[in-house]
Amino acid sequence: MGFLGDVFSWLGDNWSGGVGGGIDHRAFEHLQISGLSVLIALVIALPPAVTLGHLRRGGALAINVANIGRALPSFAILVLALQITNRIGVVPTVVALVALAIPPIFTNTYVGLREVDPEIRESAAGMGMRGTQVLARIELPMAFPLIMAGIRTSTVQVIATATLATLVGWGGLGYYIIVGLRLNDNVQVFGGALVVVVLALLVDLGLAGVQRLLVPRGLRTAEPRWAVDAAIKTEEPEAEIVVAA
Amino acid sequence: MIEAANGPDSWIWWEWVGDHQDEILSRLREHISLTVLSVALGVLIAAPLAIAASRRRVLYTPLLVVGSILYTIPSLAAFVLLLPWTSRREAALIVLTSYTILVLVRNIVTGLDGVPADIKEAAQGMGYSPLRMLVRIELPIALPSIVAGIRIATVTNVGLVTVAALIGQGGLGALINDGLRRDFSTPLVVGATLSVALAVALDFGLLGVQYLAAPWQRRSR
Repeated sequence: MGFLGDVFSWLGDNWSGGVGGGIDHRAFEHLQISGLSVLIALVIALPPAVTLGHLRRGGALAINVANIGRALPSFAILVLALQITNRIGVVPTVVALVALAIPPIFTNTYVGLREVDPEIRESAAGMGMRGTQVLARIELPMAFPLIMAGIRTSTVQVIATATLATLVGWGGLGYYIIVGLRLNDNVQVFGGALVVVVLALLVDLGLAGVQRLLVPRGLRTAEPRWAVDAAIKTEEPEAEIVVAA
Repeated sequence: MIEAANGPDSWIWWEWVGDHQDEILSRLREHISLTVLSVALGVLIAAPLAIAASRRRVLYTPLLVVGSILYTIPSLAAFVLLLPWTSRREAALIVLTSYTILVLVRNIVTGLDGVPADIKEAAQGMGYSPLRMLVRIELPIALPSIVAGIRIATVTNVGLVTVAALIGQGGLGALINDGLRRDFSTPLVVGATLSVALAVALDFGLLGVQYLAAPWQRRSR
């Protein structure tokens, strides 16, 4: 049997049970910690982002949060979290993942609200809507595609970084890769990586589906909405929003 | 924590830093070379693709789809998935390069799309060939958006190169890994700090290059 054959039989042998408690168990663990971290990040990032975006204040803050978020290497954050919390395992992992998930959610939510056409807001106010009504019925729905783009960016990053968390004594799917690298077990490394990739793609696809279902019909566009990248602010208005996948 | 203000147990032990200057500098050099090489390769690959996609629109969506799938793959997994077929160095370069494609293609296409039609018509009227128009008119006008893409790709890759240390590619990630293994915070703090500083420095450096290359776009704000 060739290398790929070995990989597939490794996947079969370790699907449940086997090395490290089974792939299914570890995949669930991986999803669980990623979901938890993104939820905590949402709870932390949404209130200030929504408030500032609604009031149209703090643009510099949003840009700085995005820039700092991208400049911090995830591997370094993870290891620093280990040192700062002085613990191993789940605590530094969640701290690092939350810290990584906040910037894209914060910036995209802020920009999404801020981008709402002033004329639309004025019309809403002219129709007698109060500030909170404008926020709930106009601004948040219109900002939703961008907010979701931020959540997707965060989630992709969180799943990728959770793969490294075996290094700080947590489990997840990265276990197979990192332990496999140490043992020079190429089959295990490859099998583990394959599972991580499939998981990441499935989660992103799932979130894309959620986005499709939840975005109001009038706001659906043929082009996907990309997450905002504030750093790229060039002097040109049309280039102001660009892409970070 | 009653102990000398600076020692092996403090966040950063300056004596260690002083003793390991050479190692730190060579790690920094490795980091810069992997980052610059991967972004340069990314530009070489993305530019023709983006130019083609801005001319033939049907190519654009498939390019974005492939680019975003590549972008979704966690870096550590991507590195090791290539190992059966490539050397570790090649795996690191291929993965880091492919992460830049999405941002670069998108920003180059956005930049080219922003070139006003009347300017293109004027150039055509003056007898510019398509190639000359691309080089002399379109790319210079698209420059801010292109440089913005290169900046994002560069800053992102500075962070990702730290992960490449896990497959033995050195760089500042090797310092971080060293600190982790020995539970010794100095190399870790040095590696993390230099990595952030490098990202910021390259970001500003590229902005400076843009100002030098396109002085007409300088605007006081």
